Amino acid sequence: MSDQEHSRAVTALLLAPAGVFFFFLLILPMIVVLVYSFGERADAGGYAPAFTFDNYLNLPARGKAFFNTLTLAPFGTLLTALFAYPMAYFLAVKVSPRWRVTMLVLVMAPFWTSQLLRYYAWILILGAKGIPSWLEWIGIQDVRIINTPWAVLIGAVYGFLPLMVPPIYVSLEKLDKRLLEASADLGATPWKSFLQITLPLSLPGVATGSMLVFILLMGDYILPQFLGGGKVYFIGNALVDLFLQSRNWPFGAAVSIALVIIMFVTIFFYMRFVLGKSGQRRVAMV
Amino acid sequence: MRIYAILIYLFLYGPIALIVGFSFSAGRYAMDWQGFSLEWYGKAFSNPLITEALVTSLTIAGTTAFLSAIIGTLTALGLERVAGWLRHFFDGLLYVAIMVPGIVIGISTLVAFVTLFNIINPYLFAAWNLRIEMGVWTVIAAHVLFNIAVVCLLVRARLTGMDRSLVEASEDLYATPMGTFRQVVLPLLTPSILAGFLLAFTFSFEDFIITFFVAGPNVTLPIYVFSSIRRGVTPEINAVGTVVLMTSLILLVLAQLILQRGSRTLKP
Repeated sequence: MSDQEHSRAVTALLLAPAGVFFFFLLILPMIVVLVYSFGERADAGGYAPAFTFDNYLNLPARGKAFFNTLTLAPFGTLLTALFAYPMAYFLAVKVSPRWRVTMLVLVMAPFWTSQLLRYYAWILILGAKGIPSWLEWIGIQDVRIINTPWAVLIGAVYGFLPLMVPPIYVSLEKLDKRLLEASADLGATPWKSFLQITLPLSLPGVATGSMLVFILLMGDYILPQFLGGGKVYFIGNALVDLFLQSRNWPFGAAVSIALVIIMFVTIFFYMRFVLGKSGQRRVAMV
Repeated sequence: MRIYAILIYLFLYGPIALIVGFSFSAGRYAMDWQGFSLEWYGKAFSNPLITEALVTSLTIAGTTAFLSAIIGTLTALGLERVAGWLRHFFDGLLYVAIMVPGIVIGISTLVAFVTLFNIINPYLFAAWNLRIEMGVWTVIAAHVLFNIAVVCLLVRARLTGMDRSLVEASEDLYATPMGTFRQVVLPLLTPSILAGFLLAFTFSFEDFIITFFVAGPNVTLPIYVFSSIRRGVTPEINAVGTVVLMTSLILLVLAQLILQRGSRTLKP
């Protein structure tokens, strides 16, 4: 074996395990899901071969789930961005460099802990014995928060703020401070400098964070399950029902294909309009 | 501004503190403070359902972290040696594996396993009277899939930041490629591999949605917690939750410290 052949063999061996995983558990399944989406439900549940567009034509049957997801996910993303921006600004501009990273890690850490338990805590806070009972104590009665769209929105901000702050922080931190000095020297008020320099230059960070949050929020299951309580349900809840309870796999496959298509369209718009034609800029996630 | 930041930290950590706080309550309901007590910890850890679920979760997380650390590192090393479409292709897959919501991974792995079982079970049954089914190993396989990407990204970040001259020096001194790898590259990569291992462990230990799809009849700790929350919250869950949250926070801090320490040794 020549040196070059040897080197190629080593490379192939290094990449083989991941290649096997990706092929059998990601690429092939996606193709199978696509094939399933044109099939029929077997009598006992699961999949029976067929070629029909019925599953796609039947998507309006889960219209409520799509409607909830496609209204609450964008609105939740927007709210998260609004709450995250001042925090990112504070960390990037007001905090001394010594503490910045630590404080940023403290913002991010909750995201990597159990989503299940963090939303469980909100069931307690928003439930009858939580905020409503405190409000009753000061005289406001019969407030219901849990199982409403508002509960899902609060949950969205809570759950995804840790993911939204870092990209905005990164874009604010690398901002050239001389631009602000120049702006001040030319007589701009701090507010005007912010609107004309800081905000536009930090928008790519906002867009990156929003894309991440939007995609994850759209595919969420636990948040609408816990805080929407079966009343405000998302596509994820419909998918769990279709795959695990009513076992209508072909229809479930069509719903998940629709979800994946919406996600790809989101990513496409993000790449097209935010990263621009070069598409070079990447913001680290971990 | 400062007040806003404090409010945000309260918002982020308040709910976690609430679970931790009430796990020490003697009350019989989740939000019912009746004085300090460790009663619910005792109850939780003498409940065989919980301890069994804990053992299952630890087995899955340990195996997942071990396999992901190895495969993720191999992938990162392999990708250093290729360029062109193959590299872009793998990059794309890695980002998809990280970005795609868990529910999509859950569905696609479920479908993959069921299709596989449908194909090979008749043969297995005819030949050895055997059937394969969903179990701990299907959960591990699905978890390894996305944790490969996590480890790989961490190790690659380190590889690109590595001082090339160290490798060149080792080669100039007639080290074999394997020798250079063992004595120069691997020690430099260790912090990121270790951090990747810890992150993979945490993600696997806490995962609910993927496990929900591919666990079959097996119960992991998050699945147990989910079903008991559905039945109605109990202080037992607060105790279990506190243990899970504290474990993951400690592992995360540890991973972060290892990474920071590692980046200091990287500088020439």
